[in-house]
Amino acid sequence: MSEENNIQTPKRRPGGPFGGPMMAGGPVEKAKDFKGTLKSLAKYLKPFWFRIVLVFIFAIASTVFAIVSPKILGQATNLIVDDYVNIKAYEQIMAQLPAGTKLPKGTTGADLIKKMPPQGLEKIPQDKLSKIKTLDLSKRPTFHFESIRNIILLLIGLYILSAIFSYIQGWIMTNVTQKVTFQFRRDISEKINRMPLSYFDKNTYGEVLSRVTNDVDTVSQTLNQSLSQIVTSVVMIIGIAIMMLSISWLLTLVTLLILPLSFILMTLIMKKSQVQFVKQQKELGALNGHVEEMYAGHTVMRVFNGEKASVEKFNNINSKLYHSAWKSQFLSGMMFPIMTFVGNLGYVAVAVVGGWQAINGKIQIGDIQAFFQYVQQFNQPIAQTANIANVMQSTAAAAERVFDFLGEKEQPKEAKNPVVLAKIKGEIEFNRVKFGYNPKRTIIKNLSAKIEPGHRIAIVGPTGAGKTTLVNLLMRFYEIESGTITIDGVDIRQMKRADVRSLFGMVLQDTWLFNGSIRENITYGNQDASEEEIIKTAKEAHVDHFVRSLPDGYDMQLNEEANNISQGEKQLLTIARAMLAKTPMLILDEATSSVDTRTEVLIQKAMDNLMKGKTSFVIAHRLSTIRDANLILVMKDGDVVEQGTHKELLAEKGFYASLYNSQFALMES
Amino acid sequence: MIKLIKFLKPYIWLLAILVVFTYLQVMANLKLPDYIAKIVNDGILGKDMSSIYQNGGLMLLVTLGGGICAVIVGYLASKIATGVSRDIRKEVFSKVESFSINEFNTFSTASLITRSTNDVQQIQMALIMIFRMVLMAPIMAVGALLKAWGMAPSMSWIIAVASLSMMALIIVLFSIGLPKFKLLQKMVDRLNLVTRENLTGLRVVRAFNNEDREEVKFEKANEDLTKLNLFVNRLMVILQPVMMLIMSLSMVAIVWFGAQLIDTGSLEIGNMMAFMQYAMQVIMSFLMISIVFIIIPRASVSANRVAEVIETEPTIKNPESPMKLNPKGRGQIEFKNVSFSYPGADLPILTEINFTAEPGETTAFIGSTGSGKSTLINLIPRLYDVTSGQILIDGVDVKELKLEDLYKQIGYVPQQGVLFSGTVRSNIKYGNKQAEDSEIEKSAKISQAAVFISEFEKQYDNEIAQGGSNVSGGQKQRLSIARALAVKPKIYIFDDSFSSLDFKTDAQLREALVTETKNKTVIIIGQRISTISNADKVIVLDEGKIVGQGKHGDLLKNNKVYQEIAYSQLSDEELKAVKPNFEKSVLKGVK
Repeated sequence: MSEENNIQTPKRRPGGPFGGPMMAGGPVEKAKDFKGTLKSLAKYLKPFWFRIVLVFIFAIASTVFAIVSPKILGQATNLIVDDYVNIKAYEQIMAQLPAGTKLPKGTTGADLIKKMPPQGLEKIPQDKLSKIKTLDLSKRPTFHFESIRNIILLLIGLYILSAIFSYIQGWIMTNVTQKVTFQFRRDISEKINRMPLSYFDKNTYGEVLSRVTNDVDTVSQTLNQSLSQIVTSVVMIIGIAIMMLSISWLLTLVTLLILPLSFILMTLIMKKSQVQFVKQQKELGALNGHVEEMYAGHTVMRVFNGEKASVEKFNNINSKLYHSAWKSQFLSGMMFPIMTFVGNLGYVAVAVVGGWQAINGKIQIGDIQAFFQYVQQFNQPIAQTANIANVMQSTAAAAERVFDFLGEKEQPKEAKNPVVLAKIKGEIEFNRVKFGYNPKRTIIKNLSAKIEPGHRIAIVGPTGAGKTTLVNLLMRFYEIESGTITIDGVDIRQMKRADVRSLFGMVLQDTWLFNGSIRENITYGNQDASEEEIIKTAKEAHVDHFVRSLPDGYDMQLNEEANNISQGEKQLLTIARAMLAKTPMLILDEATSSVDTRTEVLIQKAMDNLMKGKTSFVIAHRLSTIRDANLILVMKDGDVVEQGTHKELLAEKGFYASLYNSQFALMES
Repeated sequence: MIKLIKFLKPYIWLLAILVVFTYLQVMANLKLPDYIAKIVNDGILGKDMSSIYQNGGLMLLVTLGGGICAVIVGYLASKIATGVSRDIRKEVFSKVESFSINEFNTFSTASLITRSTNDVQQIQMALIMIFRMVLMAPIMAVGALLKAWGMAPSMSWIIAVASLSMMALIIVLFSIGLPKFKLLQKMVDRLNLVTRENLTGLRVVRAFNNEDREEVKFEKANEDLTKLNLFVNRLMVILQPVMMLIMSLSMVAIVWFGAQLIDTGSLEIGNMMAFMQYAMQVIMSFLMISIVFIIIPRASVSANRVAEVIETEPTIKNPESPMKLNPKGRGQIEFKNVSFSYPGADLPILTEINFTAEPGETTAFIGSTGSGKSTLINLIPRLYDVTSGQILIDGVDVKELKLEDLYKQIGYVPQQGVLFSGTVRSNIKYGNKQAEDSEIEKSAKISQAAVFISEFEKQYDNEIAQGGSNVSGGQKQRLSIARALAVKPKIYIFDDSFSSLDFKTDAQLREALVTETKNKTVIIIGQRISTISNADKVIVLDEGKIVGQGKHGDLLKNNKVYQEIAYSQLSDEELKAVKPNFEKSVLKGVK
């Protein structure tokens, strides 16, 4: 059992609501089993399949509207241009005629041409000539405002519909991802409670925590983005291509030739910037590590004259960080200018080729204008598709970690027909118990011991001898490999875990209390306790007095680190908690350091009160406790090496004797 | 924010170049619609192919120029922003390293860490944003507006309405959203807390069969978080569609009103198309500006936090004209009428402390929590400065010494073994870089660390993780003792440094220490009577005052506080064993 588990709050990703383009090109983590992870993810999404289909439909609808509108707007422009050309032509013709000439109703350009000398006709190009032929010259032509207005009204309708659809799509998607996220978190939380403790020996709490927050967040965020993005991007690209083709195949060809350039440039830069981002992340980690370490050990650093060395090391990391930082910032910042540049290139190409075609009458100006808009719109989905693979990868990587955790081995199943003990005497027997935290390394090789009801057992041994191992086995936190542990003759594996645990009250050195009121903490093991019982127990545990002296008394809230009461007071509260649980047997760990002497006396008294008449196991540090015990289990390197009473063990002159004498000799010197 | 301006100074020329290229970039972008107008008006409508080629070629050149400018701007922006943040980081770190514990207490270690890392990172992000967008947006907005105005002043109102509604949209959304973001963070913290509690208390939770209760707690936190997340996300989903709508509608408006202007002959078609581009540019600039409005306040909070650190002067500094210690001095420590109160505290934690710790002797302090033991020894290496009185080492006031010289006299072993990442070797020689291998090994042997070091795979080159998390508490303590020994100081300070050791190791260590510290001044703080019972002088502290000085035996006989402590730790029998002629009656009095 590792003594310390690193408890750290997982770091949240930077960026927050403004991730946006600034963060583009960050490092991408890859999943080990991409396909399998996606399958598991799909299972989570299954209950939402209908809504996801709706999302797709709305996304497609909103995108199609967005794609169609430039062409329609182009038609409006075409109308304007036509009318404009007619007006110009009318004005030119009228300028040739004497001022103030009024032509009779119904006079067309054709009539006029008939009367014109052929020399003048040669100057007018053919396509213009055919237009003039049908032009009514009796009055100045005006704009077809009505048709333009109709087009514009249609457009406004389309825009609004597109916006509404897009919002509905976003709304549904948000609901889906939030629900999935909720489910993920719930499953993890329930999983934690089903896992064997041995899992947490190998993995830090920080790691588990980061699954609940960071990984789940990543999955939900990218899910939100990528699912609808995949759809819209694909629809956009195909749709725009179709629209462009419907206007002019030549212009489409020109644009399509230029666009891959942006795709290639983008992927190229992304690859480069990722290398720098990874480097930057590494340096940043090193720098943060150094800062944390030096600040936490500030006193030692100072007293050992380590300031200069520390600053030097910092400067070293800092300048490395600077190099990877500016490079990654520069490269990722390149995306936007490149997109603009390629966009502008497309512009020029469309302007030149389109202009040439327009002069030849093959297309109209409104079409060119629509093309401008398409070229602009094309950039975004292309950049997104370039990124989508990365987004999918990091989603899968985060999801995989979550699934790995959810797939971890759980505690063995409970016995089929569990035995329930009615009346507990408190007789415990270890019979040839074999156990190891790790299957390769057996710690307890062959432990047999019989504990009489009501006896007090002291567990002693040097630091790290594995005294808590016994506690872990008794409480069935871990399962033994072979042999049996029986309570009143019943194998604890024949009982439900919860039933075994309810037989023991436990007071550990690690004084775990939670963020809640003192009352809630005391009643943690017995939520039905009456107020009188609580007070009575509190008095026996010597906490009543100090609790009453606190602001709000029993209703005082312990803060997050539970450091608004002292260590000794916490210890007393855990004793009160165990007392109130009224269990027939006890497991205690004697507190040693960091408690002042007066409190220590109180704790000792409280523990004595607690143990009266009950079978109890004490991880002992105090010689008086050890000597008064009915049985001493001496532990060394994880195993129980000697057992017996104080006198017997001393007579044996073994490990216990040397342990005892080393302390005793000291006292005499 | 303004307080950090000085960090921009070294980059003033680069900044000037940055501004120039930003300007050029904007100008290039503003030029493009002009060419489009010309292509349409002269080329297409005027049927002039050569004008199309000419303007197209120019457009290409301008685009290329603009692209190059953008690359240069990006290069300079990232260089300056990361450079400035590197400089800030460096300044903050060296400042914090010079801080005394006082400043650490006022800021708190956690806050100093955030200020040196996260806050600087925030500033960097803001700087990059500023250099890339804030500089550009106003130039762009003004330039495009002027151009648009020149083409069709009567349509400028469309741009104004669009830009303002864009700004309004963003400001409204974010002023509702931002406070929720903060709340969101709180809820995430709550979820973390609940999970962390469940994890750290896993045994207790299971021992009391309270898994269900923990799940209910988690469920509540999870639900709250999900609800708020839903609200925030639904709000933010509005942004994109409405933005698109605003832009699309302004395009339509330009076509409609543009058509009427064309009808009256006051606008050309090409110019209408250019006007559309300009309108876009103005709207986008306003978009950027409003985002900046949101970013800047957040960054300025970070900047202020960083500035606070930089502006703080350490309270404990080197004296202006330091004195030198007599090299022949043996490290005698004398406290003369020393009183000390923590800054802001009403009552002094130490009052009128007088004692002398002689070289070659062990002086031990004992007393209950809060009696001021740790504070007292922290005054010797000037981790705090006395409020009144004097502390003398070989007759020289510690305040008169150069800090470096003072530290060299002291081998300090803290209560919690603090190790740094590196190797076992680098940790032991931390205070004495010149220490040879033989000295390192000797220190390890005395501190009883050699036993477990020899079991390490790479022995002295075995790696120590950050904060020493890969060695046990007892091992940490032994290594910190070895580190202090390697300094070969005249004075040793042990702040309850044996608490994590088992009795046997404790005894062995102490035996080995006796020869090493024979001629040194040794100061020990102990919780256990056994730790201090063989000291040459035991000083009993109670509520910041010395209430007894003497040998263990004498104190046991006639010092009430000492008896009380002793009684709580040892049984009668043991006390008798310690001192056979100990009178039981005294003990009874204590009960």
